[in-house]
Amino acid sequence: MTETRYTASHEWIRIEGDIATVGITAYAQEQMGDVVYVELPEAGRAAEKGKEIAVVESVKAASEIYAPVSGTVTESNTALADKPALVNEDAAGAGWFFKLSIKDKAELGDLLDQAAYDKLVAGLE
Amino acid sequence: MSATTDTPLLQTPLHALHRELGAKFVPFAGYDMPVQYPMGVLGEHLHVRQKAGLFDVSHMGQLRLRGADPAKSLEKLVPGEIQALRPGRMRYTLLTNEAGGILDDLMVTNLGDHLFLVVNAATKAADIAHLEAGLDGGTSIEPLPDRALLALQGPAAASVLAHLAPASGIPFMSAASLAIGGIECFVTRSGYTGEDGFELSVPAEEAGKLARLLLADPEVAPIGLGARDSLRLEAGLCLYGHDIDETTTPIEADLAWAIGKRRRAEGGFTGAETILKQLADGPARKRVGILPDGKAPAREHTEIQSNGVRIGEITSGGFGPSAGGPIAMGYVVAAHAAPGTEVQLVVRGSLRPARIVPMPFVPHRYFRG
Repeated sequence: MTETRYTASHEWIRIEGDIATVGITAYAQEQMGDVVYVELPEAGRAAEKGKEIAVVESVKAASEIYAPVSGTVTESNTALADKPALVNEDAAGAGWFFKLSIKDKAELGDLLDQAAYDKLVAGLE
Repeated sequence: MSATTDTPLLQTPLHALHRELGAKFVPFAGYDMPVQYPMGVLGEHLHVRQKAGLFDVSHMGQLRLRGADPAKSLEKLVPGEIQALRPGRMRYTLLTNEAGGILDDLMVTNLGDHLFLVVNAATKAADIAHLEAGLDGGTSIEPLPDRALLALQGPAAASVLAHLAPASGIPFMSAASLAIGGIECFVTRSGYTGEDGFELSVPAEEAGKLARLLLADPEVAPIGLGARDSLRLEAGLCLYGHDIDETTTPIEADLAWAIGKRRRAEGGFTGAETILKQLADGPARKRVGILPDGKAPAREHTEIQSNGVRIGEITSGGFGPSAGGPIAMGYVVAAHAAPGTEVQLVVRGSLRPARIVPMPFVPHRYFRG
């Protein structure tokens, strides 16, 4: 079963068993503008919930990406090296950042569901 | 530099039009300015290089200097050759302080009976105070807060303007009064993108009409401050408050070309002692172009090292859409300033290789006539 959760810092996390895929939301890419570079974590790196794990750079500025939950990075999206614009084109799909094995599923309880995230974004616009 | 949260932001006469065009706004130098439109920074940047873009630069300060000899009077405060500037001609120059630092960079145009100045938005109040204190008593300063300033930039700028004002074929860095679609404008062939283009000074109440007229041309798109910044960085042009400020001299900033030959011989401008000494002996540090290897941009304040030793700092850095990768400029100690010198950039704690390169990153395409 797949479920998607969100952070207040505009990352999404899609959970499939013990593995989670992480990216940034459509709202986040819209705010950043054209993405020109993404710095991704290497497989094996420990991710700590709420700590910086990746960096996304637009023409304008660099933005930090925070790990939604703790775990170990298993894979990063190598397609972004050649085509960082995938983040703009398909933030929720082909523009994913990395996958990690979840350390403690209890941390998922702190994340926002779709309705809560939509409400958060509505309040920002 | 930008306004604090409790200071209401100023608006240019085109603010409502920017909103209508779907702009995103940012505070800049106390003004609520469009940073981008729905096209986005990347698209806007490329549009200017390929066609033509319209920028609202009404936040900048426009003023006139009048008197018996405003050029001679202004030369006390700038190292540029102003007295030899012929009527209808324009020049880039610098207001300097006693230490040889740069108080502002500005454009000066000789309009026969007066000088027309365009200064930076963040510094305009301080510039006017500095001019009032430093110009001789016979020179009067007339700020023009009721005029807007638009920039039309790009290879199609001339043809766009020619449709609306047949007599617009003036050469680069010169000025003319033109009626554009019946609107009286003061036009200079200039800009800050490295492209051919024009700056159009117009009464505030006519600015919206002029902007809409220009935007009606299919070649013209509205361009925000985001692309303005990446365009000028690719062109190797300084942004005041970042690449030049009161702590950098014209020589360190590699702007010696803006110091006239007669001025070098005679001096007689604020800070001349330091500036002319650096011109003769060479500066301790120098503004250079920096090309990072790979794809990661290095931003402002990134430390520059050579073999583990700090040799300088990036003052503007980002992604150059036309250059196709990361580009930067900054200051390094003179011994490491030669093009081809290998340096390292400290980006998020790790060292990344880069090279000192000549600027611009994208060739200038000014219209020389």
